[in-house]
Amino acid sequence: MQSTMNKMLVSPSPHIHSAVSTTSLMRDVVIALLPAAICSVVFYGWMELLILAVSVASCVLLEYVITRYLMKAPSTICDLSAVVTGLLLGLNLPATTPWWVVLIGAVVAIGVAKMSFGGLGQNPFNPALTARVFLLVSYPTYMTHWEAPQGLFGVDAVTGPTPLGMVKEGLLQGQTVPQIMSDNGLSYSQMLFANIGGTAGEVCALALLAGFVYLLVRRVIRPHITLSIWATVALVSLIFWLASPDRFTDPLFNLLTGGMILGSCFMATDYVTSPMSVKGGIIFGIGIGFITMMIRYFGSYPEGMSFAILIMNAFVPLLNMWFHQKKYGRK
Amino acid sequence: MAKITFSLGGVHPDDAKLAKDRPIEVLPLPQTVYVSMAQHLGAPAKPVVAVGDVVKTGQVIAEPGGFISAFVHAPASGTVKSIAPRKDLAGNWMTHIEIAVEGDEWAEGIDLSDTLVTEIPEDRAFILDRIKANGVVGLGGATFPTHVKLNPAPGSVAECLIINGAECEPYLTSDYRIMLEHPKEIVLGAAIMQKVLGGCKCVIGIEENKPAAIEKMRAAVGELHLGNIEVVSLKKKYPQGGEKQLIDAVMHRQVGSGGLPISVGAVVQNVATSLAVYEAVQKNKPLITNTLTITGDCLPVEKMHNYLFRIGMPLSYIAEQAGGVPEGAAKLISGGPMMGKAIANLDACTVKGSSSILYLSEAATRREPETNCIRCGKCAEACPMGLEPFLLNKLARAGKTDELEANAVQDCIECGCCLYTCPAHLPLLDIIRQAKGQVMGIIRARAAAAKAAAEAAKAAKN
Repeated sequence: MQSTMNKMLVSPSPHIHSAVSTTSLMRDVVIALLPAAICSVVFYGWMELLILAVSVASCVLLEYVITRYLMKAPSTICDLSAVVTGLLLGLNLPATTPWWVVLIGAVVAIGVAKMSFGGLGQNPFNPALTARVFLLVSYPTYMTHWEAPQGLFGVDAVTGPTPLGMVKEGLLQGQTVPQIMSDNGLSYSQMLFANIGGTAGEVCALALLAGFVYLLVRRVIRPHITLSIWATVALVSLIFWLASPDRFTDPLFNLLTGGMILGSCFMATDYVTSPMSVKGGIIFGIGIGFITMMIRYFGSYPEGMSFAILIMNAFVPLLNMWFHQKKYGRK
Repeated sequence: MAKITFSLGGVHPDDAKLAKDRPIEVLPLPQTVYVSMAQHLGAPAKPVVAVGDVVKTGQVIAEPGGFISAFVHAPASGTVKSIAPRKDLAGNWMTHIEIAVEGDEWAEGIDLSDTLVTEIPEDRAFILDRIKANGVVGLGGATFPTHVKLNPAPGSVAECLIINGAECEPYLTSDYRIMLEHPKEIVLGAAIMQKVLGGCKCVIGIEENKPAAIEKMRAAVGELHLGNIEVVSLKKKYPQGGEKQLIDAVMHRQVGSGGLPISVGAVVQNVATSLAVYEAVQKNKPLITNTLTITGDCLPVEKMHNYLFRIGMPLSYIAEQAGGVPEGAAKLISGGPMMGKAIANLDACTVKGSSSILYLSEAATRREPETNCIRCGKCAEACPMGLEPFLLNKLARAGKTDELEANAVQDCIECGCCLYTCPAHLPLLDIIRQAKGQVMGIIRARAAAAKAAAEAAKAAKN
């Protein structure tokens, strides 16, 4: 009996572990992004597939090289977080982005925003968003060039500026919002089901929402951050729209356009760069919604989602310090 | 109706109640029993027999070593061979009384019949004395002496007696089996404790994954015409059977940090304790038997057992009775997989609170290497005490005891939900447990210093 005991493990409780791991969570995020990725390829053609491939491959390769040769540590690519960053980066770029711009984006996302802070879990800013904003200010021509190549299966390519861009442009020319909408033939069903100008991942809101629901059902994320962003955006735009429907776009328009769905469902809910507590998360969401609307209405960029999320990322340590969850038996 | 459960955190491990259909079998006596003096929480008992004494089953062999302590009785008749230190299952040395078993001759005055005694004694002091004299301790895990718990300090009033039949730990089925096989005894035990506590109401909480037990217990309450006892079905969620969680679930009250359940009017006792109280009071039978489960993920169901064991039986003896340690077992656990202790020494012996020998395969119990915290917050979501394990982990590694205390590390109940949940496989509880010990030490030292200072001031005044 004693010889058997010599081979037995002895360690503190608990002795079992749930099947959920970092890798399984990241795998779920990849699965949740697939509908949007597939839609983007269908609408923008093989060029888009190339962008996604370059983005994912360069993110993974960069993380491998940095961990193995710079940090001289075991590689962390097996946790699939680099795949998630790559996919998100690819979906955050216009379908016409040249491959070398994508590569620079990957260097910024993985090299600067993620690994220089110590890798997964350590970065204060969302890597894919940091890269998107970096590219937006460094290569504005490529990043706002919305003329897309031919889609697959005869699907009409999407051309022209984004709805938000049209509105900004039209307002500058002295048009009113309803005029702009009817002149450009913008409809909500179009925005929901696809076919609006924008970055590749934003082409189909429904595909993104399907992925979001998958993440909720799998309990990968909780809905409070996303919902508080939506509620804030709806409330702020409702107030302005009611005050002046000629100058300001309505709530539904703001919820369905630009990076709203992609940002609120997949970027703002990033574990690492969002607050730990529910209270903190709600405030985080309110901040994102408010800043987004301020930039959309009053800023010089047509879209403010990326900036808003990055700005609120900076407040996460404070929100974590101020807001804690309720403890048992304590006030 | 919303399902009854506790309000904060919790996890849902697979309940794996594989041995639930195995009826309770009585283990034959081994040749030698070794009775530990640490059968309970608090001070170890003091032996009252000497080497060479002949003892009968149920005879007192050790008396309480302090206020929080309990009597220990001989689990078999025979001769005391030695009173010496021996290793317990974690490998710590503790005084054991070794008895060479020469039969099973019971001491006088113990009712060994199966007759159900339904008449509950009127005298509260008599009941308490029987419970104390028969060495009853809490069998839900903590082994806190029952007579102490049933005798709250003057001024505190028990409003609700909660009988814990949750058995929320995966694999374990001993509580389930006694609820099926001895429902009336358990209910009578509850009624006895109700009487001691001054006739408060009584709720028996059972998790929904044990419908047969709920039905049997309800039937028993009905047949015994006990009006003030209610059997409630609880949602299946770990750690439902935690004392603080069960109070929250049943009474919607939360015990303050460092406080006792009685501070919110609650007294919680396990179903096995209730059975022991019945036997102690109605049958004058000391607590020398209990039920344990032999189970695991690397054991075929036909080799699983629910055994009625006597205290002092070597675990190796019980394992052999059940067919030996199975192939593929990588870890032996006494207790459940969430809070049980890994067995380092199979020659250790059963104590009053033993509840299982659990065999886990390496696949089931293997810990993956620790990776970076991804700040998902799942540990905080899982913590039934509302703590933030990721934060406590960080503070503990930085040695910040002040902040650990401010973030309530001392409230940790060591249920293991955080470590179970963590997708990055951080050893959260390992680190928090250590930090908790350190902070508790600081709190105690501070209290002692304050007391000494107050006494010094008082002496100076005089």
